[in-house]
Amino acid sequence: MKAFAYAKAPDLAAALAAIEDPGTSVIAGGTEMVNWLKEGIATPERLVDINGLPLDGIDARPEGLRLGALARMSDAAPVVAAEYPVLAESLLCAASPQLRNMASLGGNLLQRTRCPYFRAEVLLPCNKRAPGSGCAARHGETRTQAIFGWSDACVATHPSDFAVALAALDATVIIVGPRGERTVPVTGFYRLPGDDPTVETVLAPDELVTAIDVPAGPHTRASHYLKVRERASYEFAMVAVAAALAHDGGVVTDARLALGGVAARPWRLDRTEAALRGVSLDDTEALRAAVAASFAEARPLAGNAFKVKLAQRATLRALTTAGSRGMVAS
Amino acid sequence: MIAAIGGLRRPDGAAKLTGAADYAADTPVDGVTHAALVPATVATGRIAHIDTAAAVRAPGVLAVLTHTDMPRLKTIGSPPLGQSVLPLQDDTVRYEGQPVAMVLAETFEQARRGAELVRATYADVAVPRAFGDGESVTPRPGLISGNPAGRVGDVEAGLAAATTVVTATYTTPNRHHSPMEPSATVASWHGDQLTVHESTQWVFGTQMALAAAFDLPADHVRVVCPFIGGGFGCKGFVWPHTLLAAAAARVTGRPVKLVLTRAQMFTSCGHQPATTQTLTLGTDDDGRLTAVRHHSVNPTSTFDDYAENATGGTRWMYASPAIDVAVLVEHTSRQTPTPMRAPAEGLGMFALESAMDELAYALRMDPVELRLRNEPAVDPMTGQPFSSRPLPDCLRAAAQRFGWSGRPAEPRSMRDGDELVGWGMASVTMDTFRLPSSARVRLQADGRTIVEAGTQEIGTGLPGVLTTIAAQTLGVDPGSVEVHHGDTDLPETSGTFGSSATMGVGSAVAAAATELRDKLDALAGTGAYPRRLADAGLDSLDAEARWDPAERGEGRSIHTYGAIFVEVRVDPDLGLVRMPRCTATYAAGRIINPLTARSQMIGGIAWGYGQAMLEESILEPQLGRFLSKNMAGYLVPVCADIGDIDVSFIEDPDTDASPLGAKGIGELGAVGVSAAIANAVFHATGIRVRDLPISIERLLNPVWDAPTPTTRP
Repeated sequence: MKAFAYAKAPDLAAALAAIEDPGTSVIAGGTEMVNWLKEGIATPERLVDINGLPLDGIDARPEGLRLGALARMSDAAPVVAAEYPVLAESLLCAASPQLRNMASLGGNLLQRTRCPYFRAEVLLPCNKRAPGSGCAARHGETRTQAIFGWSDACVATHPSDFAVALAALDATVIIVGPRGERTVPVTGFYRLPGDDPTVETVLAPDELVTAIDVPAGPHTRASHYLKVRERASYEFAMVAVAAALAHDGGVVTDARLALGGVAARPWRLDRTEAALRGVSLDDTEALRAAVAASFAEARPLAGNAFKVKLAQRATLRALTTAGSRGMVAS
Repeated sequence: MIAAIGGLRRPDGAAKLTGAADYAADTPVDGVTHAALVPATVATGRIAHIDTAAAVRAPGVLAVLTHTDMPRLKTIGSPPLGQSVLPLQDDTVRYEGQPVAMVLAETFEQARRGAELVRATYADVAVPRAFGDGESVTPRPGLISGNPAGRVGDVEAGLAAATTVVTATYTTPNRHHSPMEPSATVASWHGDQLTVHESTQWVFGTQMALAAAFDLPADHVRVVCPFIGGGFGCKGFVWPHTLLAAAAARVTGRPVKLVLTRAQMFTSCGHQPATTQTLTLGTDDDGRLTAVRHHSVNPTSTFDDYAENATGGTRWMYASPAIDVAVLVEHTSRQTPTPMRAPAEGLGMFALESAMDELAYALRMDPVELRLRNEPAVDPMTGQPFSSRPLPDCLRAAAQRFGWSGRPAEPRSMRDGDELVGWGMASVTMDTFRLPSSARVRLQADGRTIVEAGTQEIGTGLPGVLTTIAAQTLGVDPGSVEVHHGDTDLPETSGTFGSSATMGVGSAVAAAATELRDKLDALAGTGAYPRRLADAGLDSLDAEARWDPAERGEGRSIHTYGAIFVEVRVDPDLGLVRMPRCTATYAAGRIINPLTARSQMIGGIAWGYGQAMLEESILEPQLGRFLSKNMAGYLVPVCADIGDIDVSFIEDPDTDASPLGAKGIGELGAVGVSAAIANAVFHATGIRVRDLPISIERLLNPVWDAPTPTTRP
């Protein structure tokens, strides 16, 4: 680990001023940053600690949720459990209780991939760690890598569960920087790798995530987060599905679906969502066909073709579980 | 004779729970220097150049040592060394992760930063040799537990006479021990006296290796290790870091502390090698075996032949007129493998007990009945009588506790909601490693009894076991007994491996306590021993004794046994398996402490669950490195994975094994779990998984294999 300076930001203005310097990184819960420091993934000159900023509110309002970027995962989960089960489930099936007590919601969105080549204790061929060094994973161990949206430069997936649930609920990220405040949908917050996998989000180096807005709606109660993994707890998703539905007497009027563990960003299933409108939740064949509509564009790698099948089955399961909740729709 | 007293709580428990127990890296040493290793980043080649300039300039760095300035070390061979290649002795790179330099600094952080700044470049870098690419060869003698090959009867004739033959290939992956406490060494020299605080399963082996490396008499080397934060085999032998810390301390003239990083734990102290095992079983119409063939091949390093004795249990498990077992090795680019809980049978019984299940389906016979029909009267390969053979009792007892009799035989015949339910079972066995040990017992006039033995406490509860034995033998209160352990200045004991400590050290303590009791009884007067000591004008009286297993058991086939039954729930859509319950019954000699014995078996079953469902260390073929050197990439079970575990014992005192009647127990619980789970998964799904771990993709295929191995008319 390279030595670095450390300071606490007394207020938002001071934090923003500090990160105008490109050698300065932000630390909040630290559950990711400390890993990066130890493995040499991040080598900042200075860390600015933003834990003292008043950004930890968790406000449930009729029009939706406003979740402060510094709210802890374990604090947010119980507040959103009744009206937004998909969010609570995505928070509680992530990490361990100790990590959830520390990890902030903003930091959760800014996790980096668990690709084993990227996370190695030494530098391996990885365009995300060292641009131009290649992607050892592309023709290497691909079991946990992407099936959508990857490029020859990078095949990694994003590890956040919470981001997948937010993407399904059309949440937005509030960003503050020297150019003022702006709002970005979670689905547009992440970038696909393309030629430059080092840039993972639209967040500029001099900007901070301050809050997340989640709009209310008839679909948020009939929602579910299904995480598929071999270890029963404390493991990243092989495949995950966030599903939120509005339905009228079991006939889908509105469906929102996002996948985790399959791409560098939460992967919305737009075609499936469109195909589900008017479909009865009892009609398994129609549900299956609607799900399949989004998988024609799947591009599995040598070692992860099973994820295409797994993701479709998980989507079907998540849909039916979500449909069994919140019986009456708009 | 010793009787179990119902489970003494661990006398060392409070110290461990509160953090008061000292582990190697906790040892306070004045003026200590911190060391960090620089591992090779290629799997095979030669060091071209090592640029130390930036590291030497870094804050706090005192020295950077490479093969050009390390003292030449002498070897004693393996064991006690884990591998024959000594560290920093030449410019050859034989495996990824091999140390190529060591940085010494004032603080741990400075040493680690210095190590990051060392730039090594390599020449003659070749494509790593991967398992499966090369030739399988008969291992040279050395790192083998047992004979690599053996044959009795005519297997071909037995197969020709068989009416049902099952043959299949089973694989197990590379695994890493991953103890919670990483290996650590604190070394200091006083003249030509070396003191080492070490996380080791064998203080005397460490002493032997260090004395040889530095050409010293053994009594010039003291090794201290009261507690180990888990070892599971990776601290059984002596590995490069221990020699490096002691050598660096000699070079710098300052005490040196070296704590391995988690990533270095994947390349510094061995691993369990993958195995590819082929099993062939032939039976007559009644399900009686006519032939058994079990061959295994495992990868080893290019420089040592570590033969994983996976076929060991097949030698004595079932009656058959013809048995053929063989272990081969293949030379690959990796560190030398080493035993890992449970070696040998822990791997081989996955194959044998899976094959027995396949055979039971081919015969349409209950798998418990198949095993009972093949119960041998004597050891089938040696003809020796068994010292005890309570396997049928274990099978029947565990089957009854589990409720096996109601099981419908057909796969996919039990369902609960979205889940398929399956029941599976396996027989369990382990070899009994009996190793000599000494101990001293002292009774003091102040009423305290002191037990002294060099042995180290690895977490199994040995101090409680020794307390129980001494208290029972002397008839004193267990609360008055103190156990001093983990120091080569104490009486010599064997390593804490091979499930041997209770039997070996326990027998030595029993012998010493018996001798002491005789001495005390010879004193004049009556009343309690402390009073009689005082009356005789003595502060204390002691006795030392050594137990040698050669004194008994000659000509006997001595092993431990058990039976395990599991229920699995399989989500066939998602390929997920969970194990809600497990029942196991063991016969492992006299159980000295039922409380810690039960803990051992529960831990073993959880460990076996990891083998079955989660653990796999991928050796990346292009890079020749273990890919994920961290606990997020190498998965071990968590509490949420482990359902209800019902453990029971069959009282089976075996005085052929030891005078206590005790036998090895620690690793037995890890055996058979993976086969029982795989067999239950087959019962649930109709999918036969012959490759561990049982991952999602192995179960996603909805087409299930009908149980139709070859059956001849």
